[in-house]
Amino acid sequence: MAETALINNVEPPARPAGWRGIAADWSSDQRAFKNVSWGKAMMWIFLLSDTFIFSCFLLSYMTTRMTTTVAWPNPSEVFALTIGDKKIPLILIAIMTFILISSSGTMAMAVNFGYRRDRVKTAALMLATAAFGATFVGMQAFEWTKLIREGVRPWGNPWGAEQFGSSFFMITGFHGTHVTIGVIFLIAIARKVWRGDFDVERRGFFTSRKGHYEIVEITGLYWHFVDLVWVFIFALFYLW
Amino acid sequence: MTNVAVHLEAQQHTLQAHVHDALASGTTQTKGQQHPIKLYLVVWGWLFVLSTCSYLVDYFGLHGHLRWSLILLFMVLKAGLIVAVFMHMAWERLALAYAILLPPVLVLVFVAIMVFEADYTHLLRVLFFAPTA
Repeated sequence: MAETALINNVEPPARPAGWRGIAADWSSDQRAFKNVSWGKAMMWIFLLSDTFIFSCFLLSYMTTRMTTTVAWPNPSEVFALTIGDKKIPLILIAIMTFILISSSGTMAMAVNFGYRRDRVKTAALMLATAAFGATFVGMQAFEWTKLIREGVRPWGNPWGAEQFGSSFFMITGFHGTHVTIGVIFLIAIARKVWRGDFDVERRGFFTSRKGHYEIVEITGLYWHFVDLVWVFIFALFYLW
Repeated sequence: MTNVAVHLEAQQHTLQAHVHDALASGTTQTKGQQHPIKLYLVVWGWLFVLSTCSYLVDYFGLHGHLRWSLILLFMVLKAGLIVAVFMHMAWERLALAYAILLPPVLVLVFVAIMVFEADYTHLLRVLFFAPTA
């Protein structure tokens, strides 16, 4: 009975479709999320709270950009790179976007192989995801260095509205921190998968609970969320 | 009288739902989230296509409402694919999906409020803080 709250494969009770089903789940005086484990539910709720944090950043960016009477620097030119003799707009950001999307793809497949209990493929795909993530952070460090050399500061920059720098460092910095934490999280879980912790039901170091392959999916939720946030940053900060 | 009617109706719904669930559990996962790898690869491909499209919006220097609507369109499509397929929200129970997906929609109200507020602040700055040459 205690185990049913820990794993994800409990057969949910029959409910009517639509809103009646939701009301039945939520008013059943037990667990609102019937076939979702506490770990996965808590990750979703954490991601919801993180959504609000990033929403506040993007909202304050929108507000400063709308209220400033000075022209906003053109991101297409600010983030252009000269490769060979050609100046290509936003190319670094585009490459970073493709890298992050690829990392989401390998993560989704890792979750799949995790539930098939193929621990070698799962760990390998998770490490590939982590490698993509680390590459992304590296390129972000390169981008920051370049902009700081060009004179971008949180209080000013050579091209226009002063708030550009503070918005840029705040939003991409917070996102980069999330990616870094994700890479650490991925490596930690990949190590457990590789060692076969979830096959022999080895107990965790902190919690003394038996682990399950579901943790791969929960790690994946976090990772996909990081990719999701980048979709919004790419569209609203870099392309707008 | 009404109580009996409600009770009967509820029973009927439960029966229908049971049939529905039995059908659904045959097609979706019974243990964890198991979906064909091909689905992920297809979504991966689409995310690449959509990202390329949004990059091309900038590359070709589209401007004005066309640019903004295209950016938002590609953004929403990409976000939808990631949440629905990669994060498996499409296969989750509605009680979870609505609990997670509805609150962020309320952020749009906040956006609307801040648009009005920002317009007003901008107007004040133009009126009273314009550089006097």
